Amino acid sequence: MTEPLLSLSGLKVHFPIRGGLLGRPTGFVKAVDGIDLDIAHGESVALVGESGCGKSTLGAAILGMTKPSAGSILFEGKPIVHGETASRRALSREVQIVFQDPVSALNPKMSIGESIGEPLAIHGVGNAAERAERVAELLALVGLHPQHAERKPNAFSGGQRQRIVIARALALNPKLLILDEPVSALDVSIRSQILNLLLDLQRRFGLSYLFISHDLSVVRHFADRVAVMYLGHLIETGRTDDVFARPVHPYTEALLSAVPLPDPVAQRKRQRIVLKGDLPSPANPPKGCKFVTRCPLAVDICHVTHPPLVSTGPGREAACHVRAGL
Amino acid sequence: MTGPVLVVDDLRVSIGAQPVVDGVSFHVDQGEILSVVGESGCGKSMTAFSVMGLLPKVARVDGGRVLFGGENLLTVPEANRRQLRGNDLAMIFQEPVASLNPLMKIGRQIEESLVVHRGLDGKAAHRAAIAMLEEVGIPEPEIRSGQYPFELSGGMCQRAMIAMALICKPKLLIADEPTTALDVTIQAQILDLMKRLRDETGTAILLITHDMGVVADMADRVAVMYAGRVIEEAPVDTIFARQEHPYTRLLLSTIPRLDGQPKALLPTIEGLVPDIGQWPVGCRFSPRCPLADQHCLDEIPPLAPRRDEGSAACWHSERVGEML
Repeated sequence: MTEPLLSLSGLKVHFPIRGGLLGRPTGFVKAVDGIDLDIAHGESVALVGESGCGKSTLGAAILGMTKPSAGSILFEGKPIVHGETASRRALSREVQIVFQDPVSALNPKMSIGESIGEPLAIHGVGNAAERAERVAELLALVGLHPQHAERKPNAFSGGQRQRIVIARALALNPKLLILDEPVSALDVSIRSQILNLLLDLQRRFGLSYLFISHDLSVVRHFADRVAVMYLGHLIETGRTDDVFARPVHPYTEALLSAVPLPDPVAQRKRQRIVLKGDLPSPANPPKGCKFVTRCPLAVDICHVTHPPLVSTGPGREAACHVRAGL
Repeated sequence: MTGPVLVVDDLRVSIGAQPVVDGVSFHVDQGEILSVVGESGCGKSMTAFSVMGLLPKVARVDGGRVLFGGENLLTVPEANRRQLRGNDLAMIFQEPVASLNPLMKIGRQIEESLVVHRGLDGKAAHRAAIAMLEEVGIPEPEIRSGQYPFELSGGMCQRAMIAMALICKPKLLIADEPTTALDVTIQAQILDLMKRLRDETGTAILLITHDMGVVADMADRVAVMYAGRVIEEAPVDTIFARQEHPYTRLLLSTIPRLDGQPKALLPTIEGLVPDIGQWPVGCRFSPRCPLADQHCLDEIPPLAPRRDEGSAACWHSERVGEML
């Protein structure tokens, strides 16, 4: 195998909880707590999990916006050093992000041409004329009229604004795009347009995607591999079709069964596994397996020891004492 | 015993001079779940607010009837409406946390309608509220009833809101995107709860959503709205199996399927949902419709019976099956 584009190992992001008179840390929110994950060139990896599982913090750490507490992030074999402006700037040419809400992601006072051209200006790419040309090229690439570069964001619909955000993310020719729920805020009839655009861009430029989503039918359609996250830990990874067909971890199984299929006949035949209770607070996670409070299979050891992610088959890993037992 | 609990007949609502609901008709039978599906701006929430009598001040009802329990809700005095709301007629909203009173304990909020509508004394109402909290699956209901909304998770708040909505055993529950703000495992809990309560109490549910998965899971019947009008309506299996309106057909085809070909390009609907006030003269969907011809541009198609069950509003309904 060739070297992965991005390689996370033992990555932890802990946020201190400060309290008391002197503001000393009284505990930690372990948002990301020991993650190993590789993304290959041209690969789409979906990060799946519910709110509070740490998936967005993980994305922020890869972008260099949040400092990891431990572990390493290698981009093309080179470590990403957090906190150094030069390193952060070099990284921003390679890794970009597309957020969920295109309305708040664009400055309403800047024309969309200025927004898309801003990363080029910051990085000193070309002169004004060359940058304008690149902006026109990017607008055409995402299916918008280059003549509209002078317009402000409010002249565009939600789907069009997401195209503008994608154009801006592509301005510096990055190799990795972090897509944080890129279609969740869009109308249903617009979503497939944006998904098609992202698939097309990936084919043309060999982009890698880290696709953060809770919409499993979109994940199934879009991603080569899927990584399921629960309270700061990866609990299952594998090829998307394989994980969807044969989930190993009981949480993955419940998550897949909980998503209603857009097909009433198939949906009626399915047995929904309804988990009890809520996600525990990441500030006060259970001892042992993090899923133990909601797990229908939990046995004694699950309350005591945290299960490691172990191989359960070709390209598959899961962290479960019962299903991927020692 | 059975029969429509709610009949909405040719409802028209406008904001300013712009129509937002333009001649909407449907009914919900006792114990039935009718799902109203559509994208933002299609008028589905305004329809629900009209039934509840909770329209924003800028909106005005221009015509039509909303029949509930033999009365036209659009013409009854506000006092009578208030008597119905929270009693025979209840609603749950998308944002559970924002819809609860942040300064009032959960238990008190649930008790309120029992005291107001049923004249229960404080103690009896409190006992009933605790029982209801337990019914909707809130652990330690005694403790929870004494807490404020901020002390509860989103899923827990939505359950408390359902408890509040159901405490007086309403004849009709309107649920406006009840699980959109929740995680999928919590969504599963809430959907199960709503189904179970329908089965046990025979409450009719008007479920407003844009999620076709939730529709497939919950609905007995589906009404699809587009730009202020119902454009197709049929039993759930029928409408998922065969569509007689191009919008319904395209909408269902653009959703990635779990058994579809991964990474294949998805069908798309060209163009955008027209803004309120910019609706075309003829069929509202005609600018985006591959089947549209001059007739569609000139005249709005009426809702007419489908070949099997239900109805659709398309001049070319017989050709919809050949699309794609």
